[in-house]
Amino acid sequence: MVGRGPAAVPHIHQHDAVVVGAGGAGLYAALELKKDLGAESRVAVISKLYPTRSHTGAAQGGVCAALGNTEEDHWQWHWFDTVKGGDYLVDQDAAEIMCRDAAPTIIDLEHLGMPFNRTPEGLIDQRRFGGHTRNQGEAPVRRACYAADRTGHAILQTLYQQCIRREVTFADEFQVLDLVMPDGADGRVSGVIALELATSELHVFLAPVVLFATGGFGKIFQVTSNAHTLTGDGVAIAFRRGLALEDMEMFQFHPTGMYKLGFLLSEAMRGEGGFLVNGQGERFMERYAPTMKDLASRDVVSRSIYQEIAAGRGIGGGDFVHLDVRHLGADVLERKLPDMTGFIRTYFGLDPLHDLVPIQPTAHYAMGGIPTDVDARVLGDGIARRVPGFYAAGECACVSVHGANRLGTNSLLDILVFGRRAGKAMAGDAADLPAPARDLEAEARIAGTLADLLTSDRGERAAVVRDELQVEMFRRCGVYRTGPDLAACRSEVAGLRERARTVRLDDHGSRYNTDLADAIELGFLLDCAEAAVTSAEARTESRGAHARQDFPDRDDVNWMRHSLARRSASGKVDLTYKPVVVTEFQPKPRVY
Amino acid sequence: MDIELRIRRYNPEADQAPHWETYAVTADATDRVLDLLHQVKWHTDGTLTFRRSCAHGVCGSDAVLINGQNRLACQVLVRDVAPTVSVEPVAGLPVIKDLLVDMEGFWAKYRAAMPYLVNDDVPADGLERRQSAADRDLYEDTSRCILCAACTTACPVFWTNPDYVGPAAIVNAHRFIFDSRDTAHEERLELMADADGVWRCRTVFNCVEACPRGINITRAILEVTRQITNVEAT
Ligand SMILES: Cc1cc2nc3c(=O)[nH]c(=O)nc-3n(C[C@H](O)[C@H](O)[C@H](O)COP(=O)(O)OP(=O)(O)OC[C@H]3O[C@@H](n4cnc5c(N)ncnc54)[C@H](O)[C@@H]3O)c2cc1C
Ligand code: SF4
Ligand code: FES
Repeated sequence: MVGRGPAAVPHIHQHDAVVVGAGGAGLYAALELKKDLGAESRVAVISKLYPTRSHTGAAQGGVCAALGNTEEDHWQWHWFDTVKGGDYLVDQDAAEIMCRDAAPTIIDLEHLGMPFNRTPEGLIDQRRFGGHTRNQGEAPVRRACYAADRTGHAILQTLYQQCIRREVTFADEFQVLDLVMPDGADGRVSGVIALELATSELHVFLAPVVLFATGGFGKIFQVTSNAHTLTGDGVAIAFRRGLALEDMEMFQFHPTGMYKLGFLLSEAMRGEGGFLVNGQGERFMERYAPTMKDLASRDVVSRSIYQEIAAGRGIGGGDFVHLDVRHLGADVLERKLPDMTGFIRTYFGLDPLHDLVPIQPTAHYAMGGIPTDVDARVLGDGIARRVPGFYAAGECACVSVHGANRLGTNSLLDILVFGRRAGKAMAGDAADLPAPARDLEAEARIAGTLADLLTSDRGERAAVVRDELQVEMFRRCGVYRTGPDLAACRSEVAGLRERARTVRLDDHGSRYNTDLADAIELGFLLDCAEAAVTSAEARTESRGAHARQDFPDRDDVNWMRHSLARRSASGKVDLTYKPVVVTEFQPKPRVY
Repeated sequence: MDIELRIRRYNPEADQAPHWETYAVTADATDRVLDLLHQVKWHTDGTLTFRRSCAHGVCGSDAVLINGQNRLACQVLVRDVAPTVSVEPVAGLPVIKDLLVDMEGFWAKYRAAMPYLVNDDVPADGLERRQSAADRDLYEDTSRCILCAACTTACPVFWTNPDYVGPAAIVNAHRFIFDSRDTAHEERLELMADADGVWRCRTVFNCVEACPRGINITRAILEVTRQITNVEAT
């Protein structure tokens, strides 16, 4: 059981396809690959967590599709809402595919066993969610399909269960550290290099097609709804390889995080009729969004909360407001929102039937990530150059269907639609790609880095540097931003990167070395943070989640374009841009 | 508040045998036990090893024994267990390092219970399969399992007979046995009727007490048992 350590020769595995990440995106891709390549095919899912621990399982409120099961709805309405919700930074061709594919995808998921809540007729039940409207903004519409308030848990389990049935190969608790790129920086991808957490041994998984479905990077922020393990590994690995990252400044702050804890209280609480109140007991969202009120899009609601707090109207003048769900009654709270009710009881010791719930905006979702085409093929320069054999889907990717602000329930849809499309594209492309080859240079580099880290007993602990990074990013690169703050934040992050070069490990062993994992993940976080703050500083407008106090207006003349951040050979972050794809909806002022 | 945190440590690479270590930590009353473990790991001793991810009771990573009871470390508030908090790995699974146990046997039993919907027919209209709200309610409770293993590792039958499938596997079989859409009903019941299946349950209720999701596990086991008897009777 005792490992040979990273310096030894790595173990080599050959597969027909490799999927990194066992959240919704990765698992749906794996199922599709198995279907298309046949039962005998060798499809491997590599995950640093046991699959059912993936953060898809934390998703609560729902996954949307214009099924029209409870009232009239059309995928075109959903398409418009997605584009408007994203403040017109959405690529409309990609969003069209997502909204068209939504219904068949949800139906397929039901066929796979998804335990959706049902209407009296036995159809999939649907509820309201922020930013989803009938006929371009007339009124809220019931579009979110759900399984109580644990929709993500149900999706994750359903997909994992079917992967077991279809005999997908799992490499659980293996952490991918790099890509295999045998032809150098501009060449193809033909596998990944991974650390076996149980032994600290290195493994090389070779395959003609590789998918990154590694999830988000909310842990760059202090207050977040994201799991400890959401450290942007895949995004950072691509960035280190000189590949572009798109719209990294676009990070969503969800309005209803539990005060100080950051855990999410689903938007479904407002979808079912809950509302926000300030220190004066006023339902303030009526002032900011007269039609949609508490169900305006998330960026709008989060900023409104900040403005209330800035005006001294937080609770007791403090830095939080209240969510009021008392009037929903025991039946709705216990039956439709049981987990939320449980969180409030467990962590606050409050009873939502009788008490107001303290909330604050929490860092929630990365709209940006690894740029891909609509079939999840990675675009190395972010524009046109494909990286043969390399795919990305889910929160780590940017297609871009969420633009500058994601609508609630659109991420679970995104991971399903594009996870599945990724699997299809990979299965189709695999035969045309050259046989995989090893990347000895990368193997040696990774082995060297690990050996250095494992023997390091000087410097600070990774946790100290990480804490500072999270505080800094939340304070200066959060809901509201300014040029001077972002410049200061950028140089602070650069300083933290320097400090992170020598971090001290207490654990020098090879068995489940989570001290080592912390140090590795700190490096990934720093890369994501640097790309985010650099992109944010350059975007001199306010759009969606990116709110610049020094540039309060949206600037469609200069900024209807996606940011592309790349690490140049000199180590500097270079920014380039590409236009947004507009096919149907011209930018309009965004009013809710 | 000041806490005396006792952790059962064991690193087979370095230690002869498991032993208790004590740490003095300061915490807020509303901090979770997971925060205490993090404090030690991040600021005192980086070798401390445990699993965790979501930190709010939904991923099932961090089942441990806290003051002698199976709990998720992220769900237990310090004020409810202070001032002396002892944390040790769950029982019945091999310890790999400190609080981290070997889960492979647990997963193998889960996979063997056919925990997946079997039904390759789809409705002719191409839409969703219909299921009444009442039919869905039959498996609502067991569909909430997060596979944390707190139940199985609290079960005295499992401790003495490691071949017993254990409550978690039965819960997940129940999830599909009672799903009106499933067609592998009998196969799954046969698996559960095995010598190391449901009959081993002695209704000790430790599992129900341990389950962080509040699943009524004993009832689920009973319902599976009844189904088996019904099938055998017909
Ligand atoms: C609390 C919460 C509630 C939410 N609710 C909703 C909702 O109601 N509706 C909605 O649409 N969206 C919701 N979201 C967003 C949505 O859940 C996520 O965006 C989505 O689940 C991401 O899925 P994914 O498959 O991309 O990644 P994840 O599910 O995060 O999975 C990432 C996977 O990658 C693996 N991994 C990461 N790094 C490595 C590495 N280096 N090596 C190997 N494996 C690695 C992990 O082990 C994991 O398996 C919510 C998010 C949160 C945090
Ligand atoms: S039934 Fe409860 S205790 Fe057992 S594995 Fe599932 S969630 Fe954990
Ligand atoms: S860390 Fe996820 S359940 Fe405790």
